[in-house]
Amino acid sequence: MGGTLSAVFEPGFFTSAPVHAALLTGAVVALISSTVGVFTVLRSQSFAGHSLADLGTLGGSGAFLLGVGPLWGFIAAGMVVGGAMDLAGTQRRNSRDVATGIILGAVLGLSALLLYFDTTESSTTGVTVTVLFGSLFAVSGYTVPAAVAFTALGLATLVLCYRPLLLSSVSTDLAAARGIRVRLLGLTFMLVMGVTVALSSLIVGTILSPALLIGPAAAALRLTRRPLAAMGTAAALGVAATWLGVLLAYDSYHWKPVGSGWPVSFFIIGLIFIAYMLSGLRKPGRTPTTADAASEAV
Amino acid sequence: MFEPFMQATWITASIIAVVAALVGFFVVLRGATFTAHAVPNAAFAGAAGASLIGVSSLAGLGIFSLGGALLIGLLSRRGRHDAVTALIVGLMLGLGALFLSWSTEYAPEIYSLLFGEVLGLSSNDVTTTAILALVCIAVLACIYRPLMLSSTLPEVAEARGIPALRIDLLFLALVALASTTAVPVVGALLMFSLMIGPPAAARAVTTHPAPAICLAVVLALATVWIAIAASYQTNWPIGFFVGIGCALWYVLARAIAKLCHL
Amino acid sequence: MTTTHPEPAPSGSEPVLALDGISVRLGGHQILDHVAFALDAGEFTGLIGSNGAGKTTLLRIVMGLRAADSGTVRVGGRPLTRRARGVGYVPQKIQIEPDAPLRARDLVALGLDGERLGPRLPSRARRDQVQQMLEAVDATRFADERVGTLSGGEQQRILIAHALIARPRLLLMDEPLANLDLRSGQEIVELTSRVAKEQGVAVLLSAHDINPLLPVMDKVVYLAGGRCAHGSTDQVVRSDVLTRLYRHPISVLRVDGRILVVAGAAVTADTVETVADDDGSLAVQA
Repeated sequence: MGGTLSAVFEPGFFTSAPVHAALLTGAVVALISSTVGVFTVLRSQSFAGHSLADLGTLGGSGAFLLGVGPLWGFIAAGMVVGGAMDLAGTQRRNSRDVATGIILGAVLGLSALLLYFDTTESSTTGVTVTVLFGSLFAVSGYTVPAAVAFTALGLATLVLCYRPLLLSSVSTDLAAARGIRVRLLGLTFMLVMGVTVALSSLIVGTILSPALLIGPAAAALRLTRRPLAAMGTAAALGVAATWLGVLLAYDSYHWKPVGSGWPVSFFIIGLIFIAYMLSGLRKPGRTPTTADAASEAV
Repeated sequence: MFEPFMQATWITASIIAVVAALVGFFVVLRGATFTAHAVPNAAFAGAAGASLIGVSSLAGLGIFSLGGALLIGLLSRRGRHDAVTALIVGLMLGLGALFLSWSTEYAPEIYSLLFGEVLGLSSNDVTTTAILALVCIAVLACIYRPLMLSSTLPEVAEARGIPALRIDLLFLALVALASTTAVPVVGALLMFSLMIGPPAAARAVTTHPAPAICLAVVLALATVWIAIAASYQTNWPIGFFVGIGCALWYVLARAIAKLCHL
Repeated sequence: MTTTHPEPAPSGSEPVLALDGISVRLGGHQILDHVAFALDAGEFTGLIGSNGAGKTTLLRIVMGLRAADSGTVRVGGRPLTRRARGVGYVPQKIQIEPDAPLRARDLVALGLDGERLGPRLPSRARRDQVQQMLEAVDATRFADERVGTLSGGEQQRILIAHALIARPRLLLMDEPLANLDLRSGQEIVELTSRVAKEQGVAVLLSAHDINPLLPVMDKVVYLAGGRCAHGSTDQVVRSDVLTRLYRHPISVLRVDGRILVVAGAAVTADTVETVADDDGSLAVQA
């Protein structure tokens, strides 16, 4: 029994400070990311999440040039862009995908340039990896309480706006007729999403953060029909994947090749992917017609 | 910049520009933007894995791209396409990061595979790329008409006996081939821009396929040539120029279309 | 412009809804031109007009979602505020993903308090209310299905339940029959009329075909060219009234208890009666 435990939890796991920080930060970020993800899907705004992440890349790379920690770059990008996007309208429309995709390509190209400057001029190595793939084991000092604070703020906002958000995702007219300030609500949600994407970019990087946003939510949607249960399930899946990912990444230090450890973001995304595939095994009651899948030719 | 050691780059880049534009024309026609996002990232994982094992990276690229593309095709029929995209893109990139983390050149390799690398192509690569490109173009030429029909009028195509699934998978394989040739030069993240930008720009100012395809090819070639030259001179990443360039063509084309009421 | 003036309300009760002189001009067209009518408690009124006649605009004004260029709206005797209290609304269609996690039951529950901020404590009373409402609209069969997987008719029932659970005095319905087949449409009309009568709710239902509403309608508001005619069916749906309204020859034909409104002058006088011959064919008789 002791032997098994120490095989699963490599020595030092429970006492290591970086592990503590990783577990705490990872948990709160996964919590908010999965919960916001359910609303994102409800409001058909997953493309907005993708765009926020790409623009976060710009913010993160820029932050390094300014000598600021990446979280603040992500947050700044997330809030500014989130607000701007709400003004521009964020519902997915087919005709928009191409245009937005091309603009985002330009943004990514610009990020490439900034990352190049980061590596050549400030000679901080691994900026690319930090921005794109996250730095969960490297969260330091003020980042941890900041992440906790932002998460608490985001969750509080969601709890406050829970019912109006649900109603306005069904029909904005219906919500407006009941006196809900739909525009203000939409803007608030975009800001929360901006902060959420920023936080998840911190732990799994900008190009993987859409998966942390949408993945647990998509799996939860296949498992339950109730709104609260969906959020709870998504949160549970997200946090479980993150903690297990941290554990595996820590253990992998001893796997081949010895001494370097596998990237934690790989484990987290891989586990979420597995969870999503497993959730597909459940037979749904009434099959939702996947109109999306049918109409979008590959 | 026209030294012998750069010749491989110029030739390869020209080939991939042509292929990307041709395949990209159909990607835009079919509205398959998420495929264009996902498959190049599968290619990234393949290149990373191949460089780790030490086999020719094009082989690794090819296998992974193909496998990833087929996985995407199969999964997207069953689930929400936004979730499938995000997860598969994430998985592929995560795998690539994993493979690269085992090598010693982690950060620079990630960078060059994601954002492009001007140098580092050998004459062997040119031959392989040329062959892959020829295969791609040959297949496209063969299935041009059924592909056009099933892309624009899917139900009509089905009624005429054109098997939608087979066309889908074949098309996915083409995108995989295009990604295999292009990702080492342009980078996985900007491959999307190269595939989508020139055809989208061409579409905005033309009215039928032939001139649209020709214009797309011309724009893609121009983009790639300018990107290589600029990258060589400034040492800035080639992906930057590709991304900005494609966006500029697109915005320009849309502006012209608006002004001339096309 | 001809309007039949609203009948004087019984003494001591304000009309549930009273419009006066409502005008809206949009893009060079007079969408609504001094529209005026009143609804009394419990009345079922059809808002009839073809597409683009201004029905939706009018409903949005009554809901407080849109301002008229001129005129007044009074709900329950009081001027319309930003949030129209006591007004329920059933939109024509809603856009929601098939796998969105919201059951029909949850949507109906939101009818009670969907605009309130903050968390909601579980409540047996609320659960019972929702269940009662679901039974009233005969929706218990699919109460636990996702809203996005419901058929058109099922969605309409849930939206009606959502609107009525808050016990409004006025129910506005925006073209509920437009996307339904004949049978579902009929069921919705009967259901709405029944529940509205039970609760004493006034209903304003917009449609472009008057026939499905004939069995339950108390009054009709006919919109054409921005102008309106208001009164009972017999008063309003007549060739002379509609001709004046449309400013174009209109004939109203009554066939087998149904009403046909067609353009062009009638062969003979106002109404043409049809009689079934022995072999079952219809013959026109002046």
